[in-house]
Amino acid sequence: MIGAEFVALSLPPLLIGTFAAIACALPGNFLVLRRQALIGDAISHVVLPGIVVAFLVTGRIGTWPMMLGAAGAALISVALIELIRRLGRVDAGAAMGVTFTAMFAGGVLLLEQSDTSSVHLDVQHALYGNLESLIWLEAAGWKSLLDPVALAALPPELTRIAITLVAVIAFIRLLWRPLKISTFDEGFARAQGIPATLLGLALVVTAAAAAVAAFDAVGSIIVIAMFICPPAAARLMTQRLEAQIWWSVAFATLSAVLGYVLAGYGPLWLGGQNSVSAAGMIATVSGMILAAAALFAPHRKAS
Amino acid sequence: MLLDALLLQLGYNATLVALGAASLGVAAGATGTFLFLRKRSLVSDAISHATLPGIGLAFIVMVALGGDGRWLPGLLAGSALSALAGLVCVNWLTRNTRLAEDAAIGAVLSVFFGAGIVILTIIQTLSSGRQAGLESFLLGSTAGMLFSDALTLAIGGALVLALALVLRRPMIQVAFDPGFAETTGISVSRTDFLTMTLVMAITVVGLKIVGLIMIVALLIIPAVTARFWSNRAEHVVALAGLFGGLAGYVGAAISATAPALPTGPIIVLIGFALFAASLLVAPGRGVLAAAWRYRRFQQRLHLRQGLISLAQGQPVYERLTRRLLRREGYLRADNVITDEGRARAATVLRDEARWQAVRRSDSLALLAQQDDGMTDIASVLTSDQLAEIDARIGGPKAVTP
Amino acid sequence: MKDAMPELVAEAGQQIPDAVSHSPLAIRGMTVSYGEEPAIFSIDLTAEPGAMTAIIGPNGAGKSTLLKAALGIVRPLSGAAMVFGKPLSKQRAHIAYMPQRASVDWDFPTTVIDVALMGLSRELGLLRPVRARHKARALACLDRVGMAEFADRQIGQLSGGQQQRVFLARALAQDAELYLLDEPFAGVDAATERAIIDVLKQLRAEGKTVVAVHHDLSTVSEYFENVFLINRRRIAEGPVGTAFTAENLQEAYGGRLAAGQIEQLVLGRA
Repeated sequence: MIGAEFVALSLPPLLIGTFAAIACALPGNFLVLRRQALIGDAISHVVLPGIVVAFLVTGRIGTWPMMLGAAGAALISVALIELIRRLGRVDAGAAMGVTFTAMFAGGVLLLEQSDTSSVHLDVQHALYGNLESLIWLEAAGWKSLLDPVALAALPPELTRIAITLVAVIAFIRLLWRPLKISTFDEGFARAQGIPATLLGLALVVTAAAAAVAAFDAVGSIIVIAMFICPPAAARLMTQRLEAQIWWSVAFATLSAVLGYVLAGYGPLWLGGQNSVSAAGMIATVSGMILAAAALFAPHRKAS
Repeated sequence: MLLDALLLQLGYNATLVALGAASLGVAAGATGTFLFLRKRSLVSDAISHATLPGIGLAFIVMVALGGDGRWLPGLLAGSALSALAGLVCVNWLTRNTRLAEDAAIGAVLSVFFGAGIVILTIIQTLSSGRQAGLESFLLGSTAGMLFSDALTLAIGGALVLALALVLRRPMIQVAFDPGFAETTGISVSRTDFLTMTLVMAITVVGLKIVGLIMIVALLIIPAVTARFWSNRAEHVVALAGLFGGLAGYVGAAISATAPALPTGPIIVLIGFALFAASLLVAPGRGVLAAAWRYRRFQQRLHLRQGLISLAQGQPVYERLTRRLLRREGYLRADNVITDEGRARAATVLRDEARWQAVRRSDSLALLAQQDDGMTDIASVLTSDQLAEIDARIGGPKAVTP
Repeated sequence: MKDAMPELVAEAGQQIPDAVSHSPLAIRGMTVSYGEEPAIFSIDLTAEPGAMTAIIGPNGAGKSTLLKAALGIVRPLSGAAMVFGKPLSKQRAHIAYMPQRASVDWDFPTTVIDVALMGLSRELGLLRPVRARHKARALACLDRVGMAEFADRQIGQLSGGQQQRVFLARALAQDAELYLLDEPFAGVDAATERAIIDVLKQLRAEGKTVVAVHHDLSTVSEYFENVFLINRRRIAEGPVGTAFTAENLQEAYGGRLAAGQIEQLVLGRA
């Protein structure tokens, strides 16, 4: 499998899947520790309406309108959740449930109402992505990695997720200290003048950006697995946040690579002919990793 | 057209769907309330997403046995089994690892959903040429609903509703105070499990109409909506059933009027509209009422504090306080206290002195616990007690500028 | 982000009194309300420089709320706090804060020294690396509370008293002039209580100001020189000798302390 075919057909989806998994897992670590894992759930459900609205406004499927639309939807959903929680005195879970289901329903309705049949946007694609289709037709082997003409024809999704990953890493690195302090002890953080509310919002926006960029590859539901499973499994491996981050990156990478390979080649090994959904398999593998960690990891039980 | 739909004049299928959706809405609204009162609404999200692999596996099994594969009761049974597996996973992760429930919910819902997608793609390759149509369970589809389907839903919904009503007392008690419920002999874990089973049943019944992603909305939104209108648990359950039924019925009717109006999303959005209206205008807990009360409260508080400062000859630091004092005519434009302000300050000061006397009194001290600065002393003490206090501290003292 | 705290604004002709501008912590007209029932009402407090002040009052009297409002952690409905005569937002570097132990999740994946290092975070900023001297300072603070040997321990493995000491070490690392402590002695063993009070007395000897929410009336006169009695309202404030009186205790605690108890407390102070 190491040949021209691999570079053209498998390398881009592998890279996209891996970058997407890492970009989601990084902010996911903080979401899980802050007991906000389900914010990831809410964000990923509202990516769909965000993208549909962006499409309806601009009339085309472009990277930046989609990113902006989805990020806007994520912000609106977080604001709505807070509003309902505070003003309506409803618990956070219920406030999330109200918000993201309603926004998701709105997205589906808009999609059905509008003529999107001509463009590559349908509900199923939005729900579980299409990693396999992100291929690099211009590639003629490893040497294409140095060929500017061929590189220009890389799937745009790869560039997008790579940029997003860099931005996510920069965010986490730059705000590492305040993130860590305010996640551990919000009162102390505020007493030191750390704007904890703003920081929490920035974390959500970062997660939303990762969700949007990953959306094409793995769809909106499986993004949740990337937010939660690698960090949750990583938490069970170590008692230090720094090490947890590295574990989560390792688990995310493993899920993406193993999931993609199993989806593509697993059925062949079992005598089948067609591959199965790579995104679904990535989520499944991340779940297996979490299950293994929950059963055997050194720090699985609370001390 | 809409009127026709609401009056069930749009033909057999539309009528079937509207009635089915209404009964589903009532059952889901009432059942979801117990989940909401227990503050575990999003467990339903894990349950509903966890149905997907079961649907796929049931299809494969039924085809392997030579059946149609699309037989609704069989698919629903499969979905129930895998939802149960998902629920067990959430509980196990929460209990046996250091992970919190939210992480467990998110992990289970996404992993089960992912596994379900894998199974669906397997089915696509198995039944080449024959569309299994299982995708319709994602977002729901009422097209081509059979009478037998509708009957299944109606009976299922009615059964769940009946069970929920029978079990409402222990479920409400556990939601309100699990610790106390345990002491009265109610098993919290068993009651929780029963609640979840009912939720699971509703999810399974609702898959066909609204789909597994949006069934959560029918469980959560009516309950949250109902909570704005009542503080009594049993009323909330009844109102949630009403709101859920209304959303189901009206939503299905609207969706029957045009082809591009999918039933599931319309039902959810009607439910959300009812919620949004309640959030805004409900008396008591509604946002407008609360905001108005809060503003009034804030103004009363600043006025009172300002008067206390004036009475004690201290500067009034805050602009808002000064503005309110001027507006009431207690301060002149140049921030000098008016006669009226002096009179008002004197009575406020006397109330402060009265409270102090109450705190110091052996017999009345417990009443002082109701003093938070804003409570009217006349509402706490009887007029006799007040007279006794006044006799001790004397009348209001004049405030001098 | 804007500070959640209004500032004391003097209008022309008004003077901010000396008491406010000289005090390490001066609170004026502070009201915090959850819903429509004030948790604290119109509180004035003036901490004495270089002294130890205990905030005492019954459960639900708003002691912690007062501290949190003074720090801008909860938003007051009215009123403001001044730190050394300046608004809080400009004085954060001079304040150390020790929250209640129960306010955080001790299962958080971090070590004792990491928590102590959090006290240096203003100094470290966003990206400055933790150098040997920072570690040495954090360790020195842990040593002052007798926790240096636990530096690499996961915080969840500590006893309650040890966790409390780690929190105090973090506050020490902040190297402040004003120390605001929320129930530093709550639920700790006798050895920890001794260790903590020794550190607090050292702080006082260094001229620092300590304001602590305190719940154990029997140690008030032994540990503190000033008291602030609160029961949603300010009941009394001043040196233990004049403010920690039977009359004031009766007023703050209402019927919740027996007369005999009060007498014992007041007589017990030497």
